[in-house]
Amino acid sequence: MNNSMAQPAKTSKKRMLIQRLAFAIMSFVASLTVLVIVLIVVYIFAMGYEALSFEFILSPPSDGMRSGGILPAIIGTLYLTIGTGILAVPLGVGAAIYLSEYASDNQLTRIIRIAITNLAGIPSVVYGLFGLGLFVLFLGFGTSILAASMTLAIMTLPVIISTAEEALRAVPQSFRVVSISLGGTRWQTIRKIVLPEALPGIITGVILGLERAAGETAPILFTGAAFFLPQLPTSLYDPTMALPYHLFVISTQVPGMPIQIQFGTAVVLLVFVLGMNLIASIIRSRARARRQW
Amino acid sequence: MVTPMDKIIIENFSIEYSDGVESLRNINLRIPTNQLTVLFGPAGGGKSTLLRSINRLNDLADVKTTQGKILLDQVNILDKKLDTISLRRKVGMVFARPVVLPFSIRRNLTYGFELAGVRDTTLIDESVVRSLTQAALWEEVKDRLDEPANSLSGGQQQRLCLARSLIQQPDVILLDEPTSGLDPISTLKVENSLQELKKDYTIVLVPHSVQQAARTADTAAFFLQGELIEVGSGVDIFTKPKDSRTQRYIEGRYG
Repeated sequence: MNNSMAQPAKTSKKRMLIQRLAFAIMSFVASLTVLVIVLIVVYIFAMGYEALSFEFILSPPSDGMRSGGILPAIIGTLYLTIGTGILAVPLGVGAAIYLSEYASDNQLTRIIRIAITNLAGIPSVVYGLFGLGLFVLFLGFGTSILAASMTLAIMTLPVIISTAEEALRAVPQSFRVVSISLGGTRWQTIRKIVLPEALPGIITGVILGLERAAGETAPILFTGAAFFLPQLPTSLYDPTMALPYHLFVISTQVPGMPIQIQFGTAVVLLVFVLGMNLIASIIRSRARARRQW
Repeated sequence: MVTPMDKIIIENFSIEYSDGVESLRNINLRIPTNQLTVLFGPAGGGKSTLLRSINRLNDLADVKTTQGKILLDQVNILDKKLDTISLRRKVGMVFARPVVLPFSIRRNLTYGFELAGVRDTTLIDESVVRSLTQAALWEEVKDRLDEPANSLSGGQQQRLCLARSLIQQPDVILLDEPTSGLDPISTLKVENSLQELKKDYTIVLVPHSVQQAARTADTAAFFLQGELIEVGSGVDIFTKPKDSRTQRYIEGRYG
C-alpha cells in the first residue's frame, strides 16, 4: 500500500474485518429471500410434475374432480384477468395521467393519494365482501365473471395507478417544457412524448397488478368463482371456475383428492403468475436499454 | 410595409412568484427588430423570468401576480385570452442545457410541424435543411438524420435545439444561456450563427458570461435583483456604463 495512505495497521485491519463481516451478513440476508422463493418453486414442482400433461391442461375435471384436467379453471382465470385488465387499465392509467400531468398539489389530490394508499392496504377478503354487496346483489350481476372482474379491478387499481404515476413522473420535466415551448398543448405533449416514454413502466405496473388479480382467491370467492362447472362460461353473467379458487376447493373440500392434482394445479397457477412477472421484467429491461435519458 | 423599430416593447412589467423568489419589478425595455439584445447580470436577477414571460412559458410556473404589458408587434401577449400556442410558434426558445427529445434528429426538428398539423413534406424537408444550415449543423448531420438525437455531442445537440427553434420560422428567438455547457469551439459556432440569424430574426439572449454579452450585444440590458438597472447599445454599456453598479459588475467586482 502507498505510504501516504498508511494508517496505524491495527485499526485498518480491524475495520476491514468489520467491513467483511457486515458484507457477509448482508449478502446472507439478501440470499435468504432467493432461497425462500427457490424452495417454494422447487417443492411445488417436485410434488406436482407427475400430474402435468397436455391432458391435464386441456381437459375438464372428471370423477368429482379427482381426475381429469383443469381447463375450465385456466380459461376462467384468463377471462377474469382479461376482464380485470379491460376495466382497471383505462381507469388506472387515466387516474395516473390526471395525478401526474394535470392535477396541482392541493387538498383534493392529497385526499386522492391517501385514498389510493389506503385502497392498497385493504384485505382482499374485504374487497370480496364489497363486491358481493355492490356488484352481485345491489347491481344484480349475480355471481358472475362481470362481478368478479369488477371486484378484482377495484383491488388492482391502486397498484396500477401508483406504478403508472411513478412511470409518468420519471419522464424528464424538460421534455414537457420543450414540447410546450414548441407550441404543443398539454395533451399533445402527453400523447407524443410522456406516454410513449412511460409506456414500458406502465405496462410493467399493469402486469404486476393483473398478476395479483390472477392469483387472488378471496375477492372472487363470493363474486364469481364456481365450485365446479361442467362447461365453460358462455356469457359475462356466468360464474366461472378459476385457478386459485379451484386449488382451494380441491385442497380442502374434496375428500380423497390425489395430491399430485393439487400440486399440479399449483404449478399451473405459479407458471401463469411467474410468467406474467417474467414478461414484465423483460419489458422493463428492454425499455431501460433503449431509453434515451 | 413599414417595419416597426421595436419588435417587443415591455411596459411597467412586474412579476412575482408564489414562493417569493426571483421576481421582476417595473421593467421598461424596448427590444429592437432584427437585432441581438442581451439581458445580462448576476444570477437571480430575473433575466430568465423575463425571457420566459415573452413566450408565456411562465404559465407553467407558480406565478402569483403579473402587472404591466409586453407588446409583441403591438399586441399585449400577457392578455389572458391570448392564444399561447400561436405565440410560442412565433417566439422560439433555446434552453441552457440542450434538451433533445427522445426521437431521431429529424423528428426533433419536425416535431413542431407535427404539433401544428403541418404535413406538406416538401416544406418540411426544405425546412429541415434550412434550419440545420442556419444552426451550422447541416454538414455534420446530413447523412445521419434518422439516428437518435442523443447520439450527437453536447455542442451538436445544442445546435440541433437552435435549429428546432428556427424550423417554423418564428419572429423572435429567446436563448437562455445556450452555451453554458459547451466547449469554446461549439460556443463560437453558436455565436456566429446568431450573428447571421439576426438578419432575419429578433434575438434575445441571456449570455452565460459578461464576455459573451460584450462580444454579441447590439443592445444590452443589465439586470440586478429584479430590476433593470441600465439599457443601451452594446458598445455604450460595455465601454462607458452610466451606472456604477453596471460598471462594477462588468469589471468583475461582484457577481
